[in-house]
Amino acid sequence: MQSPIYNGLKVSTNQMRRKKIHGFLNHWQLYTLLIIPILYVFVFSYLPMYGIQIAFKQYNFSDGIWNSPWVGDKWFKMFFASSQFGRLLGNTLGISVYSLFASFIPPIILAIALNEMRCIPLKKTVQMVSYMPHFLSTVVICGILQQVLSLNGMANNFLATIGFDRIQFLGKPELFKHLYVWSGVWQNVGYNSIIYIAALAGISPELHEAAKVDGANIWQRIWNVDVPGIMPTAVIMLIMRSGSILSVGFEKVFLLQNSLNMRSSDVISTYVYRLGMVNMEYSFSTAVGLFQSVVSLILMCIVNGISRRVSETSLW
Amino acid sequence: MARTRKRKVIQETFSDRLFVVLDWMLLLFLLIIVLIPLLNVISCSLSEPAAVGGGRVFLTPKGFSLTAYQSLLEEKTIMTGFFNTIFYTVFGTILNLIVTLSCAYPLSRRELLFKKPLMFFFSFTMLFSGGMMPTYLLIKSLGLLNSRWVMIIPGAMSVSNMIIARTFFMNTIPQELTEAAEIDGASDYRLIFSVVLPLSAPIIAVLTLFYAVGHWNAFFSCFLYITKPELFNLQVVLRNFIANTRALMDSNGLTESIAAAQDAALFQEVLKYAIIVFTSIPILLIYPFVQKHFVKGVMIGSLKG
Repeated sequence: MQSPIYNGLKVSTNQMRRKKIHGFLNHWQLYTLLIIPILYVFVFSYLPMYGIQIAFKQYNFSDGIWNSPWVGDKWFKMFFASSQFGRLLGNTLGISVYSLFASFIPPIILAIALNEMRCIPLKKTVQMVSYMPHFLSTVVICGILQQVLSLNGMANNFLATIGFDRIQFLGKPELFKHLYVWSGVWQNVGYNSIIYIAALAGISPELHEAAKVDGANIWQRIWNVDVPGIMPTAVIMLIMRSGSILSVGFEKVFLLQNSLNMRSSDVISTYVYRLGMVNMEYSFSTAVGLFQSVVSLILMCIVNGISRRVSETSLW
Repeated sequence: MARTRKRKVIQETFSDRLFVVLDWMLLLFLLIIVLIPLLNVISCSLSEPAAVGGGRVFLTPKGFSLTAYQSLLEEKTIMTGFFNTIFYTVFGTILNLIVTLSCAYPLSRRELLFKKPLMFFFSFTMLFSGGMMPTYLLIKSLGLLNSRWVMIIPGAMSVSNMIIARTFFMNTIPQELTEAAEIDGASDYRLIFSVVLPLSAPIIAVLTLFYAVGHWNAFFSCFLYITKPELFNLQVVLRNFIANTRALMDSNGLTESIAAAQDAALFQEVLKYAIIVFTSIPILLIYPFVQKHFVKGVMIGSLKG
């Protein structure tokens, strides 16, 4: 009754299965290589996810993670109802949205400027110098900021020479956001431009030639050839950044924080740290942290989905 | 017709020339903006305390002196931090390379079964994590708090670097080469040691640099998991020093009279500048020679695997 085609298919799937098993045995060495990485990721990335349950429990040392009593959504309710919530969310979103927009365009402009620069020594020097701050540690960057902005630091010396009063920059809550964001731009504009330079190098010179022949000047060529050419890269960068909109770089905020600027520098991640490590509120801290990572994950999925529909560029 | 077109191409319009001028101005401006704070910090670290305190140092040292660096080298906490950082960086990077390469290579092979679920298993950790407290509790229950291992083992692999390495393998090791080695009877281990690794020098350089800089600059893991001063790395020492000025002053026994205390306070400022520079010296020294590898790393990372 069976058709020959059906038979043929059956044989081929069998063959494929045999081939697969054969391949698995032939390449067992590849699988042994994966054992350590899998174990490592399991232990240090997935086991902490098991610990997330204490966000719904009243964690105490004697009972451990598993045996601590359940409290449901107590910590979440407490967090959402607390007076801190609005301020933390406001500061976090304020700093990260500001940073997202402020640091999006400059690397693109720098990449285009470098790409069009005909004086090679200048180009090389600017690249060399501007990539460099990226490799300094956050502690060093914050140290530099603190020293340069201190009362007898360079910035205040300059203000004093042109006849202004000295300002305690890091003690002013209203300045914190700007200092944080623009020092970030200062540190990373060069390094972030690399990816756009690579994208620009991928644009066919023929497009530029054709535009020239059609009489386009350089501004028009940048706007109509370069900018569309680096759009996919820019979209990917934006997606990646938007996922971390609730997780402002902890280290830098933490290091620049002081009692004077606390009003505007306290963000969710520093609050998580203080709750857990200073106040020993393990469960409450975990709950706040979980809120942050879940919102981040959802945001990432939404932005990725929108981008896939609109521009056919997506992370996955 | 052809002639006029040719003339048009060669002729620079006003806006083209304007662009060149603006381009120069922009790049020079950036160069200055990036360099000024760095030069200022270096100059302050090399100046006399009184000149720094009086705000007279801008881009060149005033009253050149190396005393700040001398007292750094004599200071025990700083040297301990320095050698700890070297230890964490060297052994951490070696482990990073082993784990990353042994993960990336199999995942780059076409023959590997369950590749999709495995990639998901690894990539998901980039999107979601347990968070600060659960990770802290895990590290604690593994008995890693206050041990040198905590600076090396928990960060044994960064998934994004692994994906960079995987992309490199997929793009540079031709399938034909793998097949040829297989036909000659090479096992996968043999293939890796005799064919793949000799071809992987560029990616090994990139990974080494990414990881080594990461270890050198690591702050938070040390700050969170280590409380014993003799295990602190340089970044934590630097942070403690900037946050708490008196630490060095007392240990040097400089606070004897008011005048001496004032001198000491001025000297503290210079010391802060000096330790900032000292912490970055290795990076600044190596950076110009390895810059192209970092660029290569970003380029490979931007390819879609």
